Amino acid sequence: MTEISVPDLSLIVLVGASGSGKSTFAATHFGAFETVSSDFCRGLVSNDENSQEATADAFDLLAYIVGKRLDAGLLTVVDATNVQPHARKSLAELARAHDVLPVAVVLDVGEDVCLTRNAARADRSLPAHVVRRQREQLRRSLRGLGREGFRDVHVLHSAEEVEATTIVRHPLRSDRRTELGPFDVIGDVHGCRSELESLLVTLGYTLVHDDAGRPVDAVPPEGRRAVFLGDLVDRGPDSPGVLRLVMGIVAAGHALAVPGNHENKLVRALDGRKVQVSHGLAETLAQLAEEPEEFRRDVRAFCDGLVAHLVLDEGRLVVAHAGLKEAYHGRASGRVRSFALYGETTGETDEFGLPVRYPWAEDYRGRATVLYGHTPTPVAHWVNNTMCLDTGVVFGGHLSALRYPEREVVQVPAERVWYEPVKPFPVAGSEAGVAVAESGGNRTPDLLDVTDVLGKRVVETRTHGRVGIAAENAAGALEVMSRFALDPRWLLYLPPTMSPCATSSRDGLLEHPAEAFAQLRADGVDQAVCEEKHMGSRAVVLVCRDQETASSRFSIPEGMTGVVHTRTGRSFLDDARTEELLRWLRSAADAAGTWKTAGVDGGESGWLLFDCELMPWSLKAEPLLREQYASVGAAARSALPAAVRTLETAERAGLPVGDLLARTRSRATNAEGFADAYRRYAWAVDGLDGVRLAPFQLLAAEGSTFHDRDHLWHLGVVDELVAADTSGLLQATRRLVVDLDDEGSVAAGTAWWEELTGAGGEGMVVKPVANLVRGRRGLVQPGIKVRGREYLRIIYGPDYTEPEHLARLRERGLGRKRSLALREYALGIEALERFRDDEPLWRVHEAVFAVLALESEPVDPRL
Amino acid sequence: MLLTVTSTAPEAADLGFLLHKHPGRVQSFDLPVGTAHVFYPEATAERCTVALMLEVDPVALVRGRAGSAGRSGFSLAQYVNDRPYAASSMLAAALGKVFRTAISGTCTARPELPAQELPLVVEIPALPSRGGPDLVERLFRPLGWDVDVRGVPLDPTVPAWGDSRYVELRLTGTLRLADALSHLYVLLPVLDGDKHYWVGPDEIDKLLRAGEGWLAAHPERELIAHRYLANQRDLAAAAVERLAASDVLTALDGAGTFNGVGAFDGAAAGGGAVAGAPITQEIPEVAAAPPTPSLARLRADAVLAELRDAGARTVVDLGCGEGALLARLLEDRTIERVLGVDVSHRALEAASARLHLDTMPEHQRSRIELAQSSLTYTDARVAGFDAAVLMEVVEHVDLPRLAALERAVLAVARPRVLVVTTPNSEHNVRYPHLEHGHLRHHDHRFEWTRAEFEEWATGAATRNGYQVRFAPVGAVDAEVGPPTQMAVLTRTAPEDGMSA
Repeated sequence: MTEISVPDLSLIVLVGASGSGKSTFAATHFGAFETVSSDFCRGLVSNDENSQEATADAFDLLAYIVGKRLDAGLLTVVDATNVQPHARKSLAELARAHDVLPVAVVLDVGEDVCLTRNAARADRSLPAHVVRRQREQLRRSLRGLGREGFRDVHVLHSAEEVEATTIVRHPLRSDRRTELGPFDVIGDVHGCRSELESLLVTLGYTLVHDDAGRPVDAVPPEGRRAVFLGDLVDRGPDSPGVLRLVMGIVAAGHALAVPGNHENKLVRALDGRKVQVSHGLAETLAQLAEEPEEFRRDVRAFCDGLVAHLVLDEGRLVVAHAGLKEAYHGRASGRVRSFALYGETTGETDEFGLPVRYPWAEDYRGRATVLYGHTPTPVAHWVNNTMCLDTGVVFGGHLSALRYPEREVVQVPAERVWYEPVKPFPVAGSEAGVAVAESGGNRTPDLLDVTDVLGKRVVETRTHGRVGIAAENAAGALEVMSRFALDPRWLLYLPPTMSPCATSSRDGLLEHPAEAFAQLRADGVDQAVCEEKHMGSRAVVLVCRDQETASSRFSIPEGMTGVVHTRTGRSFLDDARTEELLRWLRSAADAAGTWKTAGVDGGESGWLLFDCELMPWSLKAEPLLREQYASVGAAARSALPAAVRTLETAERAGLPVGDLLARTRSRATNAEGFADAYRRYAWAVDGLDGVRLAPFQLLAAEGSTFHDRDHLWHLGVVDELVAADTSGLLQATRRLVVDLDDEGSVAAGTAWWEELTGAGGEGMVVKPVANLVRGRRGLVQPGIKVRGREYLRIIYGPDYTEPEHLARLRERGLGRKRSLALREYALGIEALERFRDDEPLWRVHEAVFAVLALESEPVDPRL
Repeated sequence: MLLTVTSTAPEAADLGFLLHKHPGRVQSFDLPVGTAHVFYPEATAERCTVALMLEVDPVALVRGRAGSAGRSGFSLAQYVNDRPYAASSMLAAALGKVFRTAISGTCTARPELPAQELPLVVEIPALPSRGGPDLVERLFRPLGWDVDVRGVPLDPTVPAWGDSRYVELRLTGTLRLADALSHLYVLLPVLDGDKHYWVGPDEIDKLLRAGEGWLAAHPERELIAHRYLANQRDLAAAAVERLAASDVLTALDGAGTFNGVGAFDGAAAGGGAVAGAPITQEIPEVAAAPPTPSLARLRADAVLAELRDAGARTVVDLGCGEGALLARLLEDRTIERVLGVDVSHRALEAASARLHLDTMPEHQRSRIELAQSSLTYTDARVAGFDAAVLMEVVEHVDLPRLAALERAVLAVARPRVLVVTTPNSEHNVRYPHLEHGHLRHHDHRFEWTRAEFEEWATGAATRNGYQVRFAPVGAVDAEVGPPTQMAVLTRTAPEDGMSA
């Protein structure tokens, strides 16, 4: 019995004459969709599985299908005769183009078998000479198959052997997904054995020495393993010592390792091949020359046996010496190995003659964390979920490790400069290093790409599943975001829209608290908090404790310590007023001690993000107030009294205009009510004089989000700020807790709303006290607004209370609005959590941008 | 939505005959826009007043029955709407329906009446006037009316807000009733400047019919035609042509310029990052010297000359707006590939229409592409071009976001040549209509002096491996320099300037 082992991601090319049993073989060993047959493709493009004229089109199609499957990482089998070298060559190239290993399986069965089977087929009769020719071509090809680029060639010599063959699949050598860690991932060592020992000890490893006192193993803390990112050797003082230690750790199963370009070159040098002895290789070879031959052999075997990249922790972590772009993760080809060892260069050299590296990490959008070394950098930092851990120990920098999944960097400093770099290396902590660190190291400002936001998208949220964004909504949001919004680095959150309560059927009312209470109760909420609805604009305020935090955490420029922005990400105030507002808020937070407790586990945070209302509404909306609301009031004030007078004259003249007159008088009253309503939203401000800020929720602080803290906690934090505020800027939010199972409590809630709105208030927002709540049908609405009767005149028009209008206005659908409110709510939380988790900017921006995109969905703006 | 017409003619009550509405009755008419009521609050032999009152249904207005399909302008799409109060195009439409016979000047019962000129008073309490009381005067006075027009305050409790766009109007004059009504029929929507229905070509006929006898000689006829046809420029031009053909008029310039709109700098259309902003708000930069080409033209010429000098065969116009420069680029056969990108989807649609992309021959079509993009995001599609153009674009980007633009364009897209033009703010003092300290366009986030522009462009060039030189566009004023300034950045460093 023959067993063929194939990589579980490979392109398997069957080779055999017509009638050799390829289709049966494929059907026996592979899944229904895994095999792509040339005959089937002929059929698709010509309606005839045997059409020879369709050959070219059929193979175009076959290549397309195979390409799509390989892109998706699916093992694929090509069922075609493939007896001609050029046919096989193009398939091997196709496999390489998708960084997948090509495997040939040859079905070399006897001519008689082929002819018999062909003759037995009802659908096709191939002349014997064709089958014979195919067999000849096959035989001629056999020897050269390996040279055609196939990684493995399996030849089955008879129909019996074909029959008896089994296929097993093995993972690629890079596939170590079952290794779950936790890991300590160690950057370029470059022969700095002493620093490596220190680092391992710092990481909690126990060194094991041989009889000669040389370290040969390190026992990790319980459950952990080390991962070496390559470039163990060259330049430094003791490459053999490092090798001895690392080989020992790996052999003991205490570590994994990937090779660096220096190991690669060392292997070739040890093989006696001609290599350029530079970049410290000479030192290594000299040091190794003093070691026994056996050690050199072990070194060669160790280095040669390393796999260029490893995929770990169920695909969540990828390690490679020079990093690896997402398309290459878990793939195998020459270029994948080359990328992993050397990275991509642009083909240019810089002023020091060093190759210019392609900044793949800036473009990286993968979900897996990628850890790598290769390019010495003074400070290890995250770029799009990737981190370079080569901190130039051999140049006098540091030797660094990252604790995974903790994402904590652990470093030891170099004991000295072991090797003078070609171009000056700015060591972290030195004067040059400080300058580099302040400018963000060699980090480029986080770059966002249009493909991060444009087109039809799906955003995964942890609270509400997948949220789809239509391409046209993204297009609209791109314009708003680009033209008006603040720098995405300062835009952590956009607030969600909020649904009103179900429509009330009470006389003269469109909205009433009873519906809000009933809705929450139906969702299983037993306690609600009613919060007064401020008569302002939604504002998000990011305030930093000091300039240093603002610039280091958010790259906010000198002179700014935060932002105050609208629902669409636009700055609310000019820079001077923004800073003044932030100054007052900061003083309040200083006095209240908010910074000291808002961070992780009640620790410190250098910044706070608040959801607020900013008043008066006219601050943002004065043009709208004047041009829309006041204008309508002016027109009504001019037209209606004149109409009433004219009708009164007519009535005195005995004309039957009574109804019309009554209606017109009522409308005149409505218009006055309307004017009263909008006037409450406008008052004059001078600088910040007259401006009020009412924070009602603390959205986030360093390392924390707070959507799971109950609203009374949030209001408590704000109350302390308000109490500590000496400027008069901050305003508390009145609230009333309602026990939804208690009729008296519910009645009190209703009475409170009546009191608020009776005094001209906008209304209230009813929220589950517990904040984020999941009900039987998923997320519960985080807030339901119940707006006052008079306020709604500026939404539905002065005359909306007239019975004939109200009857029609009650026919309003809330389904879309509610669904939108939940989706936006989930996206807002998602953005905050991504930021909290230090995810790359594009991931945070994706969720923030999606809120804006959803806002362009066509939903009745009056809801 | 109230209008009264009072006759003080000796036989004042004849008004009833002329209007075909009995003075003793209250009549109501169901119209698409609501219900019109006609009644006579006063009908004596000495004085007869007819009132037309239109009750607009505000809910129906929003929910589509009488709403204007396909339009979503704020003022018409909201429940909070002046239509139930203002004497707008809806009132004009009601007037046209209810008093159709009177407007046409026929009266079968008393055929001699329509020709009589009557002492009339027209009163309209809430007349929206885009153009203020002054425009009301200009429109009615030439027609023989004595015009008494009073502003209506926006809100008496907030005096600082001043007057609203509504006026209280009282017209007094001795005219034929048919003329008086046709004046109102045409001029109410003109003053309002907003039509409640879609304007199609048959509107021209309506306008010419209603304006027969007076419109052709009206000094504001072009404005009337333009506004009546709801800013449909093509329609307006056709109407003016037909007016001219009626032989009453002296030759019109035929350029389709109404109310100076045509004289505006085309740069607004090419304003790139901001297309979608109202074009008509651009300050007319070239009003001073008519024989010289417009600044927009000079600017495009200057950019094209630089592209030619650089031997650019592929060009990306960053912030192409409605495609003014794209059209010129296509004319140059040496340019093989043109990409226009803009952040505004609407601008790209306008560009596509302007360039007639859908009917362009294939070989021509294959040279040009349009795509939505943003200059503060990187975009692989704008990379790999010989040249990139930022024509009147950077000033539409907030200053703090310029660093992102610089990186996206110079560090990532890396064209061989980048041509940047922007206003020279020093030159603004030469625009008499531009108030001191104001910017040339409402969407400009800043305007730079020559020194400021040079500092930015030099810095951007140095940071990214480019050389830069500067050139003026437009006539150079000895004191304040040219109206537009241009920088040409040429890549010096090899392909990628970002060293690890």
